[in-house]
Amino acid sequence: MTIYWECLRGIVLREWLRFVQQRSRFFSALVRPLLWLVVFAAGFRAALGIAIIEPYDTYITYETYIVPGLACMILLFNGMQGSLSMVYDREMGSMRVLLTSPLPRSFLLTSKLLATALISLLQVYAFLAIAWFYGVQPPPLGLIVALPALLLVALMLSALGLLLSNGIRQLENFAGVMNFVIFPMFFLSSALYPLWKMREASEWLYWICAINPFTHAVELVRNALYLRLAPTALVVCLGLTLLFSLLAVISFNPQHAALRRAA
Amino acid sequence: MPRTALATAIALAFSLAAGSAAAATAYVSNEKDDSISVIDLDKMETVETLQVGMRPRGLTLSHDNKLLYICASDSDTVQVMDLATRQIIKQLPSGADPEQFALHPNNKWLYISNEDDALVTVVDVDKEEVLAQIDVGVEPEGMAVSPDGKWAVNTSETTNMLHWIDTSTNELVDNTLVDQRPRHVEFTKDSKLLWASAEIGGTVSVVDVDKREILKTLTFKIKGVHPDKVQPVGIKLSSDGKYAFVALGPANHIAVIDAKTYEVLDYLLVGRRVWHMAFNPDESLLLTTNGVSGDVSVIDVAKLKVTKSIKVGRYPWGVVVTP
Repeated sequence: MTIYWECLRGIVLREWLRFVQQRSRFFSALVRPLLWLVVFAAGFRAALGIAIIEPYDTYITYETYIVPGLACMILLFNGMQGSLSMVYDREMGSMRVLLTSPLPRSFLLTSKLLATALISLLQVYAFLAIAWFYGVQPPPLGLIVALPALLLVALMLSALGLLLSNGIRQLENFAGVMNFVIFPMFFLSSALYPLWKMREASEWLYWICAINPFTHAVELVRNALYLRLAPTALVVCLGLTLLFSLLAVISFNPQHAALRRAA
Repeated sequence: MPRTALATAIALAFSLAAGSAAAATAYVSNEKDDSISVIDLDKMETVETLQVGMRPRGLTLSHDNKLLYICASDSDTVQVMDLATRQIIKQLPSGADPEQFALHPNNKWLYISNEDDALVTVVDVDKEEVLAQIDVGVEPEGMAVSPDGKWAVNTSETTNMLHWIDTSTNELVDNTLVDQRPRHVEFTKDSKLLWASAEIGGTVSVVDVDKREILKTLTFKIKGVHPDKVQPVGIKLSSDGKYAFVALGPANHIAVIDAKTYEVLDYLLVGRRVWHMAFNPDESLLLTTNGVSGDVSVIDVAKLKVTKSIKVGRYPWGVVVTP
């Protein structure tokens, strides 16, 4: 058991060191949602309030509405960036070093997912702290209740990232991930606009948004922040986390990239 | 019979518990539904809807909180509801189109503004008869009686004046010009100051009652909201003299004002087109009627935060709270 613990500690520590050393990565992860919060939300001008929707008890400003979505955006980018680092690790060899460990590969990969998720949480809470001073103040207890929700979402998105990284051949393809994974997931969700609004525009867009896992991630976090439980979102997130992790571990092949290049 | 005794004890315990938790109740007039929504402030939800006369607007309570007076504008009457039975027990001769009114501290004289007739009608609520009718400016609206009982003040929306009625003679003795379309007036507890809102002018004037002159005019500015939308209507003053709350109509915000320095402290986001307000008995909560969104927002006065919005009928207008 101690070996497992030692291994997990090592992987988390390595992610932590990388996080501390790449301060620019930390800031870019923060600047992105803050730009949305301060610039985009201001441009939207919903000072007259947004109609009441779950889990809010009263009228809210647009800034208040998008904060949970932006918190999840950090997790989304980090999950995908984690996948980038996987590709990098695999190509530069440090992943191979890791995989020489006698511990089962599934454990190593899960530890890696957990490490990425934990580091992401730090960034989310840094963002929530800034949002708090900006005037978006969910109940203080909600910030604690949201922790498991955020962790689950982080794991789900990291697992998805890992799964995708198994299919990515080269570093440059991250741009493709941005275009074909991050942007559609983010925009076709309830992160920026309530889904009833989407439904007014188009029924089929609404349905795409409604089945988007990211919508469930955002709603899980949004409800948790306001001390509510979103059962459907919880089931969807739990199920998908398991599914993505399982598929990621099964499809993971350390030789993939090298073999493909040789071919 | 020990079992019966036990049952009685349990029933008693329950009734005691229910008694101690007896919640404050809010009554909200729904202008378009011809009804009154009853809100249980413990449950924070509408528990009953009572049908009343046509287009109910202004609401006020008798000073013992037993009777609810309702301006049924399109029925041209003031209805009186017994709150114990929630039945209309009588209709008072109010003059045409009563909109707002105020009850004299003697609990007998009701001062009613008749919007269409440029009149203020004074009704004795016990004898059910008109004591006087006083000519005022065009489109009378806001109505208040000073806590010391000396003054009744009416606002006329088109003449843009506050009309001062001496209650001992029921005669108009003075007028004060204020900004465009005065909608509502509210006296401070000591009867020394009168706050008056001007809907189109976008201002609130604080008037010295002795001199009947404006002391201070307050203006409002909400980031991201066009100034044309800032239309002050309802005013509520906390009885500790700390805060004044002003409902800003289609700006969907309540302005919180330091009642001593006249500084605007904050703007609180509520539902759409907010008009009137009421405190609960201990003044820990302030309720606002949001006409267009058909709900009542609840403000936590200590925290100055909006905590909840409760669905009521269509176009809620007035609100009162009983213990």
